[in-house]
Amino acid sequence: MHTIFALATARGKSGVAVIRISGPDAHAVAGRMAGELPGPGRFALRRLRNADGGLLDEALVLRFDAPRSFTGEDSVELQLHGSVAVIRAVERAIAETGLARMAEPGEFTRRALMNGNLDLAQVEGLSDLIAAETELQRTQAQGLFIGQMRAFADACRADLLRAAALIEATIDFADEEVPVDVSPEVGTLIDRVLGAIDQQLHGFSGAERLRLGFEVAIIGEPNVGKSTLLNRIAGRDIAITSEVAGTTRDVLEVRVDLDGLPVTFLDTAGLRESEDAVERIGISRARDRAVAADLRILLEDGTLAGEGFDPGVPIDLRYRTKADLTGTGVSGLTGQGVDQVLADVAAALSERVFDLPVASHERHRQAMVRAQTALAEAQRAFDGGDIGAEIIALHLRDAATALDSLIGRMDVEAVLGEIFAQFCIGK
Amino acid sequence: MKHAPIDVIIIGGGHAGAEAAHAAARAGARTALVTMRAETIGVMSCNPAIGGLGKGHLVREIDAMGGIMGLAADRSGIQFRLLNRRKGPAVRGPRTQSDRALYKAAIQDLLADQPLVQIVEGEVADLIVEAGRVAGVRMADEAELRAGAVVLTTGTFLRGVIHIGDRKIEGGRLGDKPSNRLAQRLRDLALPLGRLKTGTPPRLRSSSIAWDQLEMQPADDDPTLFSFLSTRPTVRQIACGITHTNAGTHEIITANLSRSAMYGGHIEGVGPRYCPSIEDKVVRFADKTSHQIFLEPEGLESDVVYPNGISTSLPEDVQEAYVRSIAGLEQAEILQPGYAIEYDYVDPQRLSAELELPDLPGLFLAGQINGTTGYEEAAAQGLIAGLNAARRVAGEGPVILGRAEAYIGVLIDDLVTRGVSEPYRMFTSRAEYRLTLRADNADQRLTPRAEALGIVDDIRRAAFDAKLEALEAGRALLETHSFTPKEVAASGISINQDGQRRTGMEVLAFPDVTARDLEMLIPALTDTPAEIQEQLEIEALYKTYVDRQQRDADALRRDENMLIPDALAYAEIGGLSNELRGKLDRVRPRTLAQAGRIDGMTPAALALILTRIRHDDRLRA
Repeated sequence: MHTIFALATARGKSGVAVIRISGPDAHAVAGRMAGELPGPGRFALRRLRNADGGLLDEALVLRFDAPRSFTGEDSVELQLHGSVAVIRAVERAIAETGLARMAEPGEFTRRALMNGNLDLAQVEGLSDLIAAETELQRTQAQGLFIGQMRAFADACRADLLRAAALIEATIDFADEEVPVDVSPEVGTLIDRVLGAIDQQLHGFSGAERLRLGFEVAIIGEPNVGKSTLLNRIAGRDIAITSEVAGTTRDVLEVRVDLDGLPVTFLDTAGLRESEDAVERIGISRARDRAVAADLRILLEDGTLAGEGFDPGVPIDLRYRTKADLTGTGVSGLTGQGVDQVLADVAAALSERVFDLPVASHERHRQAMVRAQTALAEAQRAFDGGDIGAEIIALHLRDAATALDSLIGRMDVEAVLGEIFAQFCIGK
Repeated sequence: MKHAPIDVIIIGGGHAGAEAAHAAARAGARTALVTMRAETIGVMSCNPAIGGLGKGHLVREIDAMGGIMGLAADRSGIQFRLLNRRKGPAVRGPRTQSDRALYKAAIQDLLADQPLVQIVEGEVADLIVEAGRVAGVRMADEAELRAGAVVLTTGTFLRGVIHIGDRKIEGGRLGDKPSNRLAQRLRDLALPLGRLKTGTPPRLRSSSIAWDQLEMQPADDDPTLFSFLSTRPTVRQIACGITHTNAGTHEIITANLSRSAMYGGHIEGVGPRYCPSIEDKVVRFADKTSHQIFLEPEGLESDVVYPNGISTSLPEDVQEAYVRSIAGLEQAEILQPGYAIEYDYVDPQRLSAELELPDLPGLFLAGQINGTTGYEEAAAQGLIAGLNAARRVAGEGPVILGRAEAYIGVLIDDLVTRGVSEPYRMFTSRAEYRLTLRADNADQRLTPRAEALGIVDDIRRAAFDAKLEALEAGRALLETHSFTPKEVAASGISINQDGQRRTGMEVLAFPDVTARDLEMLIPALTDTPAEIQEQLEIEALYKTYVDRQQRDADALRRDENMLIPDALAYAEIGGLSNELRGKLDRVRPRTLAQAGRIDGMTPAALALILTRIRHDDRLRA
């Protein structure tokens, strides 16, 4: 196994830059540059030198001993002065020891996974956490990262293990003193796991949206002030606004933090019949994006009489614009009513984020659906009575495998262990 | 002493040894079975019973491959019972109480009928090792037997120590001496050895038991036998008695716990959780006021009764006291005290899937020495070890059964991949493909394979061909005829009138529909024999699940086909944890699928191994 190293902080000028070294030779590498290392889990101030004795930097050296490190391997962190030149010099000195190579992207995390310091869901959580932009995203990612998926899977697993043990006991120990009718308890256990899965799946789409961000499409006829509103929301000019109808031909996006919800507002081409081939493509794209969006805001020109423009897509919120001229409604120009729009959007989207489950990735959903299907079949097999015991066991096994794919695995030894702990087996 | 040329030597005449000798001979090897006492070949040293759940499946599979355990059980069976008769057919397990003397005689007769097997009496003192390979054995009298392969089936004889209370006796079975010199030889090989423990109950004199006061459990009226060649029991069927321990019994045991070898700290070996001593039961399940005991006569003429459920390592006076506290046993006379026995086993993770020790080519291990318990588990390994030993000598490729093929495959894969932490016993729950691996279809799964290996005789071949023909004819009848729901209902079978046409097989898959019920719809079915009809019913019942399992099994087979080179250097695979690397080095999995079953293996680590194999392949290409 190679020892790897990489800059853990962003490259460029900064107060402090951190280089992480992990692997069997991590201590040796750091030792060559820093001399004597601090004790395990300790830090010390050291002068780093290259092989020729040249001074590289004065750094804080942190030592971690396997398995008590992020990767589960021996590791060292060097806290350097955040200078591009210092970083480059230290990296070169590490490489010149011949004991370590530059890490590939994600390699530290992969080692943490391999060494069992993180489970698969935690790795996902870590990646979400790094990508998190809003408070709610941070909370969500943190839950996954600290192991809530394992907690969920473990709880379900304990129930399924117990259910499987009860069923298997009636099969493999028919001649022993095990309970004859285990179906009430097995039924309760299956129901409980199904309930937990249902709850996860129920809130899943909100959780996934929260993770990936919501999309809100601003649509309307040309020149009703869509781009002006977007600019006001963005607080800066990103969409080109002009008096000429049909200026926006592509879809423009602004990503904002709305009370912790990550929301992307989409400015779309004005909807109208157009002779212009390019504009027609823009309009069709606008409709597609609007349909796919989580929420659609229809803007109508307040200076024109009448309502009832049919944009051809379902509408969630509807506002009259150009309040700067009419005095009522919304104005992107003056900002009038814009807070109300944002509050309405936040309220509508918040409703979709409830009972926030830990399942937030499509992978989670698929595993849970597999488990749900298997458990539903197990419930059906129940009606078969005794004849169905081996069938129920099959479905329980499938369900457990599916849930375990979220984080780890289950095996028959665990089932037998449960049986032996519960019943007095052996004539 | 001068011997005829020998190809394969089997050391030990227990269930593993007998099966191994017979299998090696069927495979064409001139085979010598070496035992300390020829008269003990085939002896049942523990419970006089064969089969049970998972175990019955093993016996059927041994039989399907031409083995002898099923035949011997059928010739000696005095109480055939099909366990789980009321449950699904996949989890029904044939079992019988055997007449101890008849069983032993049957095994010895079957071996005597096999001209390539010769019995050699004497103690094996050492293995002859030449050029790093086993070349034979050296007897205690310094005589040498030379052979191309040796199968070691020494059971509990390796450093066996018997405990009765604080009394310690060296020996593999009460009255037999232990094989310490051979054990020393294995220790010198620096094989990883572990220590296990098992126990037996005191044996009671039948005439001292008040049978008339006991509940009796009769044999099945319609007995299910083991061998696909047997049709009915050979000897008279008897009933077993049932009684229970009581508060008084438990009091006696609790009061004397410190005098038990187990609880007095005399035993270091690990005992099986599923076969606890009565001391264990009383301590671990203190809230239970009573435990069931089966009183199993050891034979038709025998005056010995095996009280199943009260194995012990308490001193003899305590054994007598607690036995006599039990209803029906107030006057019981103990013929032989119960005891615990500790013995060495070789960590089976060191074995290859053909049960050979790569540390010493030519040496095969089978039975309790590999950490298993039970006659059936021993015989199953004996079959595979004997067969592979013979094939090794003949220069033929190994025979390895997969987990999707046979319980035997599950057993051996579990042993060599995961090792043991307690005496290993088969359970149906160990088999992922339980619905496919049934006792009823063991012949369809394995006899063709055995035929191809040339290890079944003409009688079995003819019987199997006839059965297969009848089965295929019946299957064809069911699959070529199809009916509307109206037609089905008209024949008296209740069915959903959904307008969907169904084949006979699909109708048969309905719960509670039997082949008999279909005879009105398909008159030709009346000619199908009852046992074939039953087989078709089972197939129909499990069809959807078996098809699904088949897909899993196909996926498994792909991974089984991905061979891992023997020389693969795990140390050079970056990203593997030290723990996994250690396990991989110990087990040295043969295939990617086997690697996946190593305890603690992760999909990510498997991907690394796969990448490495591909990488090495590219370098070679």
